[in-house]
This record gives sequence, structure tokens and C-alpha cells, in this order.
Amino acid sequence: MIRFLAGRLAFAALILFALSTFVFVLFFVAPGDPARLVAGDKATETQLIQIRSNLGLDRPIHEQYLSFLGRAAQGDLGYSYRNQQPVLTLIANRLPATVSLVIGGVILWLSVGIPVGIMSARHPGGWRDRLGQGFILVGLSFPTFVLGMVSLYVFYFLPRQAGFTLFPAGGFKPFWPNPAIWAWHMALPWATVALTTAAVYARLTRGQMLEVMSEDYIRTARAKGVPEHKVVYKHGLRATLTPLVTQLGADIAFLLGGAIVIEQVYGLQGVGALAIQAVNNQDRPVIIGVVLLGGFFIVISNIVVDIIYSLLDPRVR
Amino acid sequence: MGGRMSADTEATEAPTIVQRGALALTVRRLLRDRASMAAVIFILLLVVFAAAAPLVEAWTGHSPIEQFRDTGLSTMGLPVAPNGEFVLGTDQLGRDVLVRLAYGARVSLLVGVVASLAAALVGITIGVIAGFFGGWIDAVLSRTMDLVMSVPFLLCALALVSVFGPSLALSIGVIVFFSWTTMGRVIRGQVISLRERDFVQASRSLGAGPLSIMLIDILPNLSVPIIVYTTMMIPSSIVFEATLSFLGLGIVPPAPSWGGMLADAAANSIYLVAWWLVIVPGTVLLLTTLSFNILGDGLRDALDPKARPVRLRRKRAKP
Amino acid sequence: MPVLEARALTVSIPTEDGVVHAVQNVSFAIEAGELFGVAGESGSGKSVMMQAILGLLPNADISGQVLFEGQDLLQLPARALRQMRGARIGMIFQDPLSSLHPYYTIGSQITEAIQVHEKVSATAARARAVDMLAKVGIANASERFDSFPHQFSGGMRQRVMIAMALILNPALIIADEPTTALDVTVQAQIVALLDQMRREFGTTVVMITHDLGLLSSVADRIMVMYAGNRMEYGPAEPIFRAPAHPYTAGLLRSSPAHYAAGAEVIAIPGKPPSLLHKPAGCVFAPRCANAMPVCTTQHPPVRQFSDGVHTQCWLEATPAAPATRLAAEQGRGASDGAPVVLDISDIELSFTTGGVFGRTGKFQVLKGINLSVRRGETLGLVGESGCGKSTLARVIAGLIAPSSGTVVLDGIEMSSLDPAGWRETRKHVQLVFQDPFGSLNPRRRVGAIIGDPFRIHGVAKGAERKRRVQELMELVGLNPEHYNRFPSEFSGGQRQRIGIARALALNPGLIIFDEPVSALDVSIQAQILNLMRDLQQRLGLTYLFISHDLAVVRQVCDRIAVMDKGQIVELAAAEDIYTRPQHDYTRTLLAASVVPPRPEDHADRQLVETIQWVAA
Repeated sequence: MIRFLAGRLAFAALILFALSTFVFVLFFVAPGDPARLVAGDKATETQLIQIRSNLGLDRPIHEQYLSFLGRAAQGDLGYSYRNQQPVLTLIANRLPATVSLVIGGVILWLSVGIPVGIMSARHPGGWRDRLGQGFILVGLSFPTFVLGMVSLYVFYFLPRQAGFTLFPAGGFKPFWPNPAIWAWHMALPWATVALTTAAVYARLTRGQMLEVMSEDYIRTARAKGVPEHKVVYKHGLRATLTPLVTQLGADIAFLLGGAIVIEQVYGLQGVGALAIQAVNNQDRPVIIGVVLLGGFFIVISNIVVDIIYSLLDPRVR
Repeated sequence: MGGRMSADTEATEAPTIVQRGALALTVRRLLRDRASMAAVIFILLLVVFAAAAPLVEAWTGHSPIEQFRDTGLSTMGLPVAPNGEFVLGTDQLGRDVLVRLAYGARVSLLVGVVASLAAALVGITIGVIAGFFGGWIDAVLSRTMDLVMSVPFLLCALALVSVFGPSLALSIGVIVFFSWTTMGRVIRGQVISLRERDFVQASRSLGAGPLSIMLIDILPNLSVPIIVYTTMMIPSSIVFEATLSFLGLGIVPPAPSWGGMLADAAANSIYLVAWWLVIVPGTVLLLTTLSFNILGDGLRDALDPKARPVRLRRKRAKP
Repeated sequence: MPVLEARALTVSIPTEDGVVHAVQNVSFAIEAGELFGVAGESGSGKSVMMQAILGLLPNADISGQVLFEGQDLLQLPARALRQMRGARIGMIFQDPLSSLHPYYTIGSQITEAIQVHEKVSATAARARAVDMLAKVGIANASERFDSFPHQFSGGMRQRVMIAMALILNPALIIADEPTTALDVTVQAQIVALLDQMRREFGTTVVMITHDLGLLSSVADRIMVMYAGNRMEYGPAEPIFRAPAHPYTAGLLRSSPAHYAAGAEVIAIPGKPPSLLHKPAGCVFAPRCANAMPVCTTQHPPVRQFSDGVHTQCWLEATPAAPATRLAAEQGRGASDGAPVVLDISDIELSFTTGGVFGRTGKFQVLKGINLSVRRGETLGLVGESGCGKSTLARVIAGLIAPSSGTVVLDGIEMSSLDPAGWRETRKHVQLVFQDPFGSLNPRRRVGAIIGDPFRIHGVAKGAERKRRVQELMELVGLNPEHYNRFPSEFSGGQRQRIGIARALALNPGLIIFDEPVSALDVSIQAQILNLMRDLQQRLGLTYLFISHDLAVVRQVCDRIAVMDKGQIVELAAAEDIYTRPQHDYTRTLLAASVVPPRPEDHADRQLVETIQWVAA
């Protein structure tokens, strides 16, 4: 187990190293002068030289690379070209919105996706299965931003035209002091992210459960006289849901790295929105920071998933 | 002795076997699947619509990038709703939505199909090589797949676009780079189990080379996952492209694309007063991805009927 | 009063291809305390019947009557039937690994059975489970209680399944192929355990199996099924002594154990029918040596004989054995002067286990193997699963390189060869595999599969290749016109013929048969063994025959090597192995192998009653 974890950690470090090299090379070969981006169009040549020296841009490339890696390893992601704030602070300010979105979204999509998958798998070929499969297909096919725009139109704009406010147009309100306001503002983003993702989980649950329910050990449980609901919800569900942990870990990590589209549609000031703004502003340290943060979440979640999996499945212990 | 055995074994065989090719069976199953047929018809219509984009342009007399400030915008400068001249209305710059939709279909289908085929090709090649050779080759390729899958792809796409600037080729490249791994993993898994099958061992013991085994023994047995997963990759590629364009990182305006049209609609929330700007491209985009997903499901069921559950019937008394 | 009595039981299962008539009008009665055997080949409906009775096949249509403790199981509401399962009727399944839930400890799976039916405390349930585990022979039962199924060996898992079935002391236990997935020596232990438990607890046992040998040693009464029909039914002893039904007689006669080495086995010709159609006459008529005109037109009646045996047959007397064609002894066995085809010496093979980050270890599969095979002889290689016999076959076939040692084939040392030379030696040795479904590429046509050796070695092309492939098909008893068919259109036995044709193509010096008949039904086994024998005599082939089944090996081989844990523990002439085994392991293997008795041709039984068939 310890050797296994050590292996996973080594791979995590490799991923982060590869990712930082990727972004560094990307921005080193990129056209455009970073000093010009920092100083603006009106800066004089002396100012630019000064800035280059401050940023270390005049040093040889391998020195820049090593110092970048060294600082990144310590969690120092540099300063924004735009407002000179530390990148880490900028990201930290944006995390509450993104984390709020992820927490509500996960709860919602699991509580929709898994029951739909079970319903579908319990009655293969029947009308409930077709209903479930219809939900899965539509959910998988709906582009997130289209769903977001449509729900804003239906749940915000139409009621407002009728003279009342059903849901706000967007924006993020902190959890404290008023959780109700927070939840009210998050409701549409949650629903949007949950609906499309729930389809993925419904499909996985359905496929997995169909497979599990035809296993020999399910027949054994029935032969023991275990009541059918217990056969399904104890023996069946345990084996059905365990593989879902992997998918869940990956999805949470991807979203934590920035739910770019949802944040864009609903004007949530999260990490994803920060990334978009940084791209539009050519604010390279921020882009690098967000990409590395996303990678960090993913490798952490991989390790957490491995640990949880080994707790759930005695065979991999 | 051979003759006698032959007579024995063939005597009972004739009535039970109905000979029908695998292809004919698949087509038969697919034809009976009404949802898949509807999806195929929609896709065919869309292809015709995209191919006929210049005809649509000629018929309406509207170029996709021409701004009709007089007839295409209201006196307040707002887009006009669908009417006789603009069948699907105009956008915030007074351009014809119908014509832009047709040219946008070209982008979506082109990107969807080209990117999926390219990604499938990469995925199949890498998956077969990794699965077949195993050992350190597999270790390196599998870890590479893990690596690519561990990259926050939308963020990396953002970073790439911010450096190189948006373009069609970059969009396709980004989509291929981040979508081949699914196919690669599936194929690798299949090849690993196929490699251990006795018929591959038989070919090896006959002295067949690795290339011959991969192409003649293994590849034909991968046709089902290849067809199904390539079909299912098309809608995700289309959505990926639309998302990039929506974020302003895909097709360069003013060239029309569905994602770009939706982005235009979202800008300044103009779609709240001009519903057709989101409903028209949104519906077509949804129907397109839905059709490909339905077709993928239908193909999987038709090619691999084991996966399709036989309807359960309960004849026992219920409590 | 019988414990379980079925009357006119019929089970049909709707599938995409049509309705499968799995069980047709079967009646039987099982007396308290007896061991009742249900025998039949695959597709005979024996497992489906028992599972359907217990409500484990929700999509099956069932009709008839099944009385258990005075109640008709088919009329019981689902809830009452569920309460019956586990508490009054226990079940044991074929594969103990897949039949136990991988995520729960074996102890909790047993106590669950208690707690579903009785209100008992967790500690009391645990005590009972530990007690039962000890009874079925699990050492350290109280510690092993918390182990997971994957931490047990196959035989131990089956013991756990037996403990689970016995825990509530049910009146009846249904064991569905309880030993098929296990090794020969373990099989004997499990059967002995079942027998002991039945005496200890007074439980009635139904044993479903394809293995008549197994039943002949333990069953009190048996029922033989074929294609969903009850062919023969009655006390085990008279049936095994002199079967009254031609099918039972045919099955018993197909066992190679009854034949001298090299003799032709009397096989049941043909293959089992499709269950989608109900024939007008007897289902077995097309394959029956005693078939009369009436057999194909009218459904046979049930005949009851004076010794309690029932048959479903038009025959009124016990069938006589078909004339045995005497063994052609010529060409049998290799003289000591025959050239050596294969000579292997000091073959070692070990694998390093564990990965970069796992614990590394060395696992030795083959430990110094020495063998030689002379032209024209058949060398048998016998051992249980995991002894390394299949690995050795793959080393000889060139699929795995040994860690050390030499393989000399037709005088050529294999390790000294360059790739081109290695490829050339592939012509000299060919493999025939166990699984007739896995060994043929499902996406290629039979003609292409058999022609592969010609293609790979560039021997024959186009029309010439087709002609030679068709000759091969003819040689192994296949219809050459089926050249363009896919493997899925052939039955198991026919596929094995295709595999043999492919192996024959380049006229190899040595053919390795890796368990060529163990995936086949008994009646088909005999056909393939006869074909192999016939080909060897006609073409002067040399065989290396690998099997776990001593009965088969004895009939086929000149010399036998017994393998255990990567070593050859004994190598001697076939008859010597059987009559004068030298090594303990050989003796254990021989003791564990149960062979059905050879049927006699004449029986002292009179027809008592004939019951005409009434369509259900």
C-alpha cells in the first residue's frame, strides 16, 4: 500500500512537472513581449528593460525555467501582469464561487443520475428504461452553454417580463451571512451542471448495474432468500457504485480547475472566469497558475480515488 | 472414416442454421430501430443543408457576413424576428441567421467528423500498439494516455489559443489531442484480451509476424468498438468546437459557426430580446449531437445484440 | 412422501431468436435423505429446470406442478418462495469464485443467510457460522470468518458455499455442477464432503452434473436428461449396470475409460438439437443407433420396467451394444528405433512477479523438464491446473521462451535460430487448443482460417490453396462446401475439427493437443478422439497430448508423463502408470478419478407398464 502510494505520488509529480514544462515552453515560444504586456503601449525602452530585469526575462532560458519550476514547487506562481497581485491570491479569491458550484452540482447530479440509472437498469426494455435512456441521451447531447442560456431565458427573463423575479440573472453571493441568498443565486448554475453530468452518471450506473445483476453472486443472494430490494440495494448497488468513484473523482477535479462555461454563462466570478479574463488580457502568469492548479486538483483527486477504491474493493487492498 | 463422420455431423445441421451475413443482420436491426432511423435522416438532411450553403446564400441573396443595417435591424438597432425576407431572423449586426446557420453547419460537421476520425486513428494506432506489445511500450503509452487525461483540457486549450490565436486548424488539433485517449484506452483493453485469445496464439505459433497478427487477426475484431466510439466521438467534438467558439477561442469571426452565433447571442444578453438567436442555433446544435448519440447507441445495440436486454416477463404470481 | 416431486414440468424461455423449450414435460420424485443425480450434457435443461423451480429465472415460463413439503412451489407467491429459498432449500453453484460476493467477507455472507430468515443476534449468528465453517473443513474458522472470497482457494470457496447452503439445515440442497470448476483431487474431496454432510444432517441432495462417473459413485437414484426431456429415470445401480435408454447407454459407452489404448470409442454421432423446435418424434432419434421409423414421427411413450427404471423410448427392451469395431493395432506406438521428433532437456521457466513498485518475487513455473517424443507415438502430459503443463506446451510451440534449457525439434535447436529460422521451424510443430470457440478468429471465414498456414509460409495461393484447404476439410470430416462460412455457424465439435485441419495443413512433425476435448460434451469428445486416432494411423503423426483427465489420456497415449508443481514426477508407459504407479501424486490422481462402470449388454428387467405421451 505504501509502495503503491509512493508510485502514485511519483506519477502525480511527473504530471505536474510535464504540465509546468508545457506551459513554460508554450509561453516562451509565444510571440509577443511580456514586458510590453506588463507596461502597456506607452512604455519607453528603458522602462521595458527595467521590467525585463525585474521579471528575470533577461536571464538565459534554462535559468528562467529552473527558477520558474523552483518557485512553482514552493507554491509561488508569480504576479499578475495586470494588477501585480500574487496569482495565488487571485485564484484563492475565486475559489469560493467554483467550490460552491462543485459542491451543489455533485450532490444534485448524483441524486438524479444514480436513481435514474437504477430505475433504467431495474426494468430493462420497459418504459422506465426507455424514459431513463431518453434522459441520458438528451442530457449527454445538451451543450452546457445552450442549456444555461435556455434556462436563463426561461427561469429569469420570462418571469421578469411577467413582472416578478424567479431566479437572479447570475453573479455569486457568498455563503455567509445568508446561505439562502447564496443557494438562490447558485440554483440555476447547479441545475445546469447537474443535468448534463447526471446523464453521464445515469448511463454509467445503468450499464454497471445491468452487468452486476447478471453476476453469479446476485443469484447466490437470491438463492439464500434475500429479499429482492436487499438484493438490489445491498448486493447490487455496492458493486455498481464502487467503479463510479473513479469518474466522480475526475469530474470534481476538472470542475474545481474551473467550470469555465458555466461561470461564463452565469457571470460567476470563479476560477474559470478568471482564466477567460486572463486569456483575453494575455495575463500569462495567471493562465499558468490556473492551468497548474487544475493539474494539481486532478493529481490529488487521482490519489484520493485510489485510496477510497482500495477501501471499497477488498480485492485491490 | 472421414466420409462417415461427415455424414453424421451434417445430418442434423441443415434445418437449424439460417445463414445471414453479419452486415445484413446489423442493417436489419438498425432499420427496425425507429429512433436510429430518425437520427440518420436528420444527419443526412443536415449534410445536404451544409453542402447547399452557397445555394441558400444565392436563394436568399444574403451573404453570411453581410450586415443588413436597413432591413436586418429595427429602428432601435435591434435584430429583427423571423419574417419573409429573413426566414430565421437576423442577428445583432443584421446578418441573416439562416445563411449563417448553413455555413456554420459546415464548420460543425467538418470539425466533428475530421477531428473524430483523426482522433480515432491516433487512438486505434496507439491502443493497438500498446495493447499488443505490452511491456515497456505499453507502460510508456499508457502513462502518456493517463498524462493527457490528467490535463485540464479546456484550460490548456485556452492557454494554447491565447498564444497562437484562434483558428480552425488549432481547434481541430486541440480536439484531436484531447479526445484520442478514450479510444486509445478502449482499444488497448480490447487488444490485451484479444492478444491472449487462442486464435492469436495459433497465428503466432504458425509464425505470423506482429504486423500480420495486428492487421489480420486483431483489427477485424475491433470493428464494433471502433464504429461505436467513433460515432460517439463526433457529437463531443461538435460540442467541443462549439464551446471553443462560444468562448471566442474557435472559429474567427465574422466567419459563421454555431458556437460563435450563440456567443454573439450571449454577448450583452441580446438573446433575451431576440429568442431566435439562441433557439435556432441551439436547437440545431442539440438535434445534431442528439442524432449522433442516438445513432451511436443504435449502432452499438445492432452490432452487439448481447448488450440489449431481452424484455423480462413475469409469469409467477405476485405477492 | 417424497421431499420434492415434479409433475409434467415444462419450462420455456423467450429469447430474441424465439422460444427455447428448455424443459419439456419432466416428472420426478426425490425421496427424503437420498442423493438424487440429474445428469445431462450442456443444453439438456438440467440447471435451468432447478433454477426455474426456485424462481431464480424471472423471465422463464413455467407450467406443471412442483410439490415441496406439501406446497406447489409454482403456485407460491414470490414472498413465500423467497422464504423457502435458503431456509428450506439450499443451493450450491458451479463456480464458487463468481458465486460469492467479492466485496463482503465470507462470514457476513453466511450470517446474512441466517438473519434473513431468523431473528438472531449478530454474535449468535457468527457463532453458528463459525461452527458450520469448521464442520465443512475450514481450518481456523473463527479467523477465516473475516476473510474475503478472493483469499481462498477454489476448493475452500466451494466449502464456504456448502456451509452457506447448510447453515439453516434445509430439507433439500441443490448442488449445480458443484465440482466442475475444480481440480480432480479437490472434486473428490467436495463430493465426499457433500455425502458426509447429507448423512450428518439428514439432508436430501440433488446433484446436477454432466459427469456420469461422479454420479455412479454416490447417487441413489438418477435422472438422465437430453434436450429438455427426461430420457431415463430410476435407481442408479440398475441404470449404470445396464442402461435401458439408448442415449444413456451411448453416453456411458463414449467414456474412453472403457476402451483399450488405440481402440475406437463408440461415439454418439451427430450433435445436440436446437431447443427452438420441438420435433414430432423423439428428440434423440436423429442420433440414436436403435432408431426405428416410429421414432421420428411419434413422441415416445414412458416405459416402466420391473427394476424401477423408467425410459422415454419406443424400445421395449434394453438395447444391445452396437458392434464394436476392433482396434486396429497396427501402427500403434512407436518402436524404440523411430527417430526422435522432440527432445527437450532441463527446461526451466520463471517469472518475476510484482511491478516497479510492488513486492518483487520469483515464481518458478517449470523446474527442469526433460522429455523426448519419437515419431509416430503419443505422449500424454497429465496434471492439475497450475502444474505448468500448458505452459510447457507453449514453450515447445515456441510461444514462450524458456529461462534456460534446450528444445530440439527435428534435430534443430530452437534457441540458436535467427527469426527467419525460427519462422521456418513453425512448420514442424502445431498446436490444437482447448477452447473451440476461442481458437478460431470469429471474424474470418473457415477457409481463410485453415488456409492461414499456407498464407503465412507462402506455400500455396489462390485456387491451389482453396483445393488444399478443401482436402483438409474433407480429411477431418467437414463438408468442403462450408469453406465460406464463419466459425459461429459451426458447433463445438466441428470447430475442433477446424482447429485440427489447420494444424495438419503443413504436415508438421509434432502436433500438440492442449486439452482438445475437455471443453466438449462427452458424446462429442468420443468423436474427436476417434478422429485423432484415425488421422494418426493414416498419416503417421506424432502427438503430445495434454489433459487433466486420466481416462482420456490412458486411451489415447503410449507413454504418460505426470506433472505436478512444474516437475515431471513420473514418466512411464501408459499401462504401467495405471497398473503400477510409482509416485504418490500419481496414486492420488488415480484415486480421485471416478469413471462410470462399463455397461452390460443384457439386463434382467421386464416391461411393466407403458404410459402414452400426452402433450403438455
